[in-house]
Amino acid sequence: MDPKPATYPVAPLIEPGHTFESITDKISAVVLSGRQPLFWFVVLGFGMLLTGMLGMAIAWLLLRGVGIWGVNIPVGWGFAIINFVWWIGIGHAGTLISAILLLLKQGWRTSINRFAEAMTIFAVMCAGLFPLVHTGRPWLAAYWLFPYPNSMSIWPQFRSPLIWDVFAVSTYFTVSLIFWYTGLIPDLATLRDKAKNRVAKVIYGMFSLGWRGSGRHWQRYEHIYLLLAGLSTPLVLSVHTVVSFDFSIGIVPGWHTTIFPPYFVAGAIYDGFAMVLTLAIPIRAVYHLEDFITTRHLENMAKVTLATGLIVAYGYTSEVFFGWYSANKYEGFMIWNRMTGPYWYMYWTLIFCNIISPQWLWFKKVRTSPFLLFCVAMVVNVGMWLERFVIVVVSLHRDFVPAAWGMYHGTKWDYMTFFGTVGFFLTMFFLFIRALPMISIFEMRTLAPGAKVPATEGH
Amino acid sequence: MDFSAIRSRLASTEGRLFWRSIGELADTPQFREYLHREFPEQAAEWNDPKGRREFLKLMSASLALAGVGACVKQPPEKIIPYVTQPEEIVPGKPLFFATAYPFGGIGIPVLVESHEGHPTKVEGNPEHPTSLGGTDIFAQAAILQLYDPDRAKAVMGRGETRGWNEFQSALRVALLQQKSKGGTGLRFLTEAMTSPTIAEQVSLIQQAFPSAKWHQWDPIARDASRMAAHAAAGAPSDARYHFDKADVVVSLEADFLCGALSVPAQKAFAARRRFTDDKKDLSRLYVIESTPSLTGARADHRLPLKASEIQAFSAALAAAVGAGGAQASSTFSIPNAQKWIAAVAKDLQASRGKSIVMAGDYQPLAVHQLAHAMNQALGNVGTTVEYLPTVEINPTNQLASLRDLVQAMSAGQVETLVIVGANPVFTAPADLNFRDALAKVGFSVHHSLYYDETSRYCTWMIPAAHAFESWGDVRALDGTVTIMQPLIAPLYEGRTETELLGCFVDAQNNRSAHDLVKDYWTRAHAKQVGGWTITDPKGQPFHSPESFWKHALHDGFITGTGVGGERREPGGAAAAAAAAGANDAASPLAAPASPAATGGMEIIFRPDPTIWDGRFANNGWLQELPKPFSTITWDPSAWIGRKYAIDHQLEDGDLIELKYRGKSVTLPVWPIDGHPEGSVTVFLGYGRNATGRVGTPADDVAKGFDVFPLRSSDALWFDNGLEISKVGRRYLLARVQEHHLMEGRAPIRMATLEEYRNEGTKVIQKQGEKPPRALSIIPEWEYNSYRWAMAIDLATCTGCSTCTIACQSENNIPVVGKEQVDKGREMHWIRVDHYYVGNPLEPETVESHHQPRPCMQCETAPCELVCPVGATTHSSEGLNDMVYNRCVGTRYCSNNCPYKVRSFNFLLYQDWDTQSLYPMRNPDVTVRSRGVMEKCTYCVQRINYARIAAKRDDRRIQDGEVVPACAAACPSDAIVFGDLNDPNSRVNKLRAQHRNYGVLEDLNTRPRTTYLADVRNPNPEIDGERGSSKLAAE
Amino acid sequence: MATASVYGLLAEFDTPADLVAATRRVHAEGYRKIDTFSPFPVEEAWEAMHHHDKRLSLIVLLGGLTGMVSGYGLEYWVHTMAYPVNVAGKPLNSWPQFIPVTFEMTVLFAAISALLGMIVLNGLPMPYHPVFNVERFARASQDKFFLLIESADPKFDHSGTLELLKGLNPSEINEVEP
Repeated sequence: MDPKPATYPVAPLIEPGHTFESITDKISAVVLSGRQPLFWFVVLGFGMLLTGMLGMAIAWLLLRGVGIWGVNIPVGWGFAIINFVWWIGIGHAGTLISAILLLLKQGWRTSINRFAEAMTIFAVMCAGLFPLVHTGRPWLAAYWLFPYPNSMSIWPQFRSPLIWDVFAVSTYFTVSLIFWYTGLIPDLATLRDKAKNRVAKVIYGMFSLGWRGSGRHWQRYEHIYLLLAGLSTPLVLSVHTVVSFDFSIGIVPGWHTTIFPPYFVAGAIYDGFAMVLTLAIPIRAVYHLEDFITTRHLENMAKVTLATGLIVAYGYTSEVFFGWYSANKYEGFMIWNRMTGPYWYMYWTLIFCNIISPQWLWFKKVRTSPFLLFCVAMVVNVGMWLERFVIVVVSLHRDFVPAAWGMYHGTKWDYMTFFGTVGFFLTMFFLFIRALPMISIFEMRTLAPGAKVPATEGH
Repeated sequence: MDFSAIRSRLASTEGRLFWRSIGELADTPQFREYLHREFPEQAAEWNDPKGRREFLKLMSASLALAGVGACVKQPPEKIIPYVTQPEEIVPGKPLFFATAYPFGGIGIPVLVESHEGHPTKVEGNPEHPTSLGGTDIFAQAAILQLYDPDRAKAVMGRGETRGWNEFQSALRVALLQQKSKGGTGLRFLTEAMTSPTIAEQVSLIQQAFPSAKWHQWDPIARDASRMAAHAAAGAPSDARYHFDKADVVVSLEADFLCGALSVPAQKAFAARRRFTDDKKDLSRLYVIESTPSLTGARADHRLPLKASEIQAFSAALAAAVGAGGAQASSTFSIPNAQKWIAAVAKDLQASRGKSIVMAGDYQPLAVHQLAHAMNQALGNVGTTVEYLPTVEINPTNQLASLRDLVQAMSAGQVETLVIVGANPVFTAPADLNFRDALAKVGFSVHHSLYYDETSRYCTWMIPAAHAFESWGDVRALDGTVTIMQPLIAPLYEGRTETELLGCFVDAQNNRSAHDLVKDYWTRAHAKQVGGWTITDPKGQPFHSPESFWKHALHDGFITGTGVGGERREPGGAAAAAAAAGANDAASPLAAPASPAATGGMEIIFRPDPTIWDGRFANNGWLQELPKPFSTITWDPSAWIGRKYAIDHQLEDGDLIELKYRGKSVTLPVWPIDGHPEGSVTVFLGYGRNATGRVGTPADDVAKGFDVFPLRSSDALWFDNGLEISKVGRRYLLARVQEHHLMEGRAPIRMATLEEYRNEGTKVIQKQGEKPPRALSIIPEWEYNSYRWAMAIDLATCTGCSTCTIACQSENNIPVVGKEQVDKGREMHWIRVDHYYVGNPLEPETVESHHQPRPCMQCETAPCELVCPVGATTHSSEGLNDMVYNRCVGTRYCSNNCPYKVRSFNFLLYQDWDTQSLYPMRNPDVTVRSRGVMEKCTYCVQRINYARIAAKRDDRRIQDGEVVPACAAACPSDAIVFGDLNDPNSRVNKLRAQHRNYGVLEDLNTRPRTTYLADVRNPNPEIDGERGSSKLAAE
Repeated sequence: MATASVYGLLAEFDTPADLVAATRRVHAEGYRKIDTFSPFPVEEAWEAMHHHDKRLSLIVLLGGLTGMVSGYGLEYWVHTMAYPVNVAGKPLNSWPQFIPVTFEMTVLFAAISALLGMIVLNGLPMPYHPVFNVERFARASQDKFFLLIESADPKFDHSGTLELLKGLNPSEINEVEP
């Protein structure tokens, strides 16, 4: 990945001079001091504004029907499914950082896993909204997709990828929540013990379950934390695989391809890390957490982004290759239509965002400059949305029977719903920053000097 | 409640008024206050202001009327159902009544399905010789016209609501004056008429008012063919062509496979094109035409000449077959034309006595006479061409007749004018200036279904009873008389023509239509009138008038009233005389001697393919039916050649201004492949400003789409001297199909007769891959009871779209409106796909192919696999069922359907509030709501209906017992449905043909709906490759 | 003072190293009712107590198996017994298409049982515990390390145990009221 790894000293994971106490105080202060920078108010306000817009868009949707969107025949899926896949993808980085990097013993995950996981949970919330409201009759879809005994004794159709989605996404959400909460318990105890405000004390107390840091507890705690990591790892891979099944199980040219699962997972992580960067860079600046989220963290994330970006690029290439190599007239036309059809600009913008722009990350200068990194990350976020647009819309709008071809355009309601969820995400995230430690305190302590017990001690 | 107030409000209704209840009609303050409580201001804004909503709104209008006008009930008189006796009415069991739907005075024989006294569906009358079960789009859509709440509701006098009695007394006064002077000032204006009862009434009126005059006018007049036949046969006649006996058919712009009254021609032509593995033999159709027509699309060879060139071409052809006429001196816009003349002539000569040369109504008399001459020279008369006595009551040159009337009116000689049916203010040639002339008439009466342009300028307006509300009689093309029986009592204050004309005959005054018609036919049966020899179908006389009447109603036609028996021999002195006379009378019909003289482009007038001359403008089904080739809905367009469009940078929907004879109209342009360059085709019937709320355009641009103002009496169909210029603005045209090329995927497979003879079985199968069934590792499902399947013969399908309307009527398919169509959300369950083959820059190489596309009912249906709630699954008989009430609307099934035959209720398209729509809906079919997917079901309700019958007498369903709506309506029997488990079923026989193939078989969807590949029979001397398999792969 | 009135003795240390050393010593002395408290997991600490609880692995495994069986069982029962319909001509028991749901159910049940297992075995939630009575103990969740010897321990003897702890250089020793 990196051309010359050893030519520079490895930056530390935590700036020197920190003790158990200083770590505890600095991180918990964000929550307990009760004072928030202007930045926090601005973003939260903006987020709530957009969330209100989301509410409006959905109310109108329920009143009039999905016809207010741009969907039609042949393009039966539009923004809703694009956004769904985009959000789910974003979620993946969180789980990857907390679970897979834990199994890989990547110490640097410690300072970013907490808010990466939070990001996962809120992203999945946004994602989960779309499959529900994009249906013609959400009030029924809400429960008819779950297997429950009913008077008509009819059941869901388990061969449908949409049902797999229901199980995958709800499982993913539950497990992420469990993982997140487990990680929070000791920190909640810390807040309980540090909080001055009575109400806060009681609430943190309740959620910390009376955690007292007993050695026996720690042993079981560490045990299941590993187990959960082990469970989440295949889970996170399965979720985007299942999402990719929504397409690859279908017969539409541009959907029906075996490369989708790996290429979707890679894309998800790619996008997810980009989003972590997009969040981490401004926050660490605003809350002066450079000590904990060091350039080394940023650089590592940049490397992962670059790596997954290259996998995604490979995915695109092989799609094009097989368009030609399969000698299938529908596949061939599909690729040709993406490149030169009415939506060519979407395709080429996507190529620029996802393949050209991440190449900057080969340079250490870019990897270590928060501003440039932020820019690249934003471009990637856009690019991954475009990728889903190309897959969903551009494949559907010209499939098999030429007489049935059509065009698709999002309406203002489509855009309002999409940006509405972005607002919802920001709102949730900044409420999280206010209410919970955005960095895992107890794990940071393990990085402090003196945290390691010398092996020779006592012998 | 004050009903007269309500009536007046109804009648005076124009523009956007609609109401939710009788209370609102009466407009009482209590109701206003109630409304205010019930509907907050915002409630109104929840409605999409345009398109479909309008349609629903206005439909809700008749909610009140259903109550005010008349509740749905059987008429008082005894009517006889087609099969069962009325006393046997079983709830849920439909009855069929034989009647007729008059079009241009000619009767289309139909059966109307009636549920508990509500007519719901129109079928052809299978026993009637001119229907044999087939219908056309207009007959199918008549049911919506019946329930249209925008129909005229009350007698109007000078814009005021009046009663029928008031009209009668006013009329009596007017007639007293006329009596004194023998009726010199009394004139009648009607469309062509065939009703024997009316014929008698007319003669009675003539006796009462000797110098009264009767004029006729129909904007789509058949004058030229009428005169030519008269001239050829020496007496008022119609030429009848037997396409089933013809080897070679040459159409000189004769669009005989399209539109109303084309059913017999389609049946006969299809009979000669039905190609089987053992009967490899086809007739050959040459079409020489300007505007592309469905007939041209069906042709083996099509020569797109300018309309003005066709006369010269005909003359040259006539000369070549030795029927007089001038040699081909002139040069044609298509260089190939010369080659054509030789080749076609040779072909005609080769099949003397077995060929047809036919001229179209859109060509001048001269062309018709050349055609008749050729038929005589080729010895076709008596074999493939017959001259039969006309079925019309005193046929006349309608244009001349209208001109006389207008002259008389302007001269103030007309004091009392009775207009029945026609809408001359809208449709009369502009130069006649009918409206101003009408203003000079003191007492004018208009009898019409709608309060339209003419009604506005008449002193009296009498609402017409719809055909399905009326007692009456009408003759079909072959002269057979059908007694029209009402399916339902008039919803509004409708009166029939017979009742109106009865007011002019003292003896008939105030007698009901039923009495008048029955009285006439009782006397006719007793041989006192009409000179018919009436027998029962077996040729035996009836034993009593009652049994005759009963049979006549039951069968839907009266045997012995046809004209088939009295063939006329052409030629002879009478003919010559008539010809001479005809020529004078018809001189205005002849095209300008040298059209090029006036220079400019050529303008061609055509009736709109779906709303005709505008009389169906208020019919949502027909408005939303895609026009041929352009697949545009809801709007007209000006057709131009592709090359011209490219040269002048005219794109789809660009507005152009057409300047012609100092008048100008602005229309959206639409380039059409195969359209002659240098010509512009415009369609009559749009831009109505006085019809229902569906037909009256909302925006100002569309208000100007009326092209009648450009049409003058000396050039009814085409003329030169047109200037067009780009306006610079665009107009949104909602089209159903965006792409017309097959992209090498051969959804339509085809081959020429030659290829079949040489390559045999392979020629079709090689055009697509088909994985062997054994390839799949998945075990096959067994279908032991029935295996329903459909086969569609592309060699006989003409793309007339009757199936689409029939399906819409049978399956309660909603109209969605222009905006939704534009978004790609039209709901039709069976659409007609259209593809071009050939080089658009060489119009004569362009071929059009049509393909009806219902659900393929795949055995391994991709749609089913992906439905998360199991809302679409397979039945034990292999039907791909759609469970509406289980569907949550993920639309995944539609995405995964390679044929895209599923349609989705993106919004609440179906109207749930309007009671007036309830009686129109088919009670056997679920009415779908918002957010639900729907699709073709093979008319499963009809399958179940047959199953019940079969179960009752404990047998299997017989072949042909289940006929889906599309198959039943198809005028060329191209659609066949049946059970694959029955080895002798027709569908099995068809699927055994070499031509049989499934679309996208390579996906292994195993469609139950298969197609029989198209076959063309090109003449190698012109272009042997036309319609060949090579083109399919392009 | 009366031994009965004491729940135990709580020694406070500044570094994990001291804690571990002390724990080893105390355990060597034969004390068993002891516990350590630290603001982050100190593996050596519980090893010093010879505490190894492996039951959670089994619980999670059983949870996962239950999820797997119920997942596939549901699908099989629904499509072959409860609601057998022909869908796209596929067999009633289309096992390849039943795998995703089966997998998700496995993970779901395993994860839930992991969390619940940890909570139950740790006896959480436990809002009250005598050690909370010691003011300094609030630091246990921040930066200090504690060793508790319960008076319930048979070898516990107030003065002797106190002496023992004093010898382990604690920064402070507190009595824990019951």
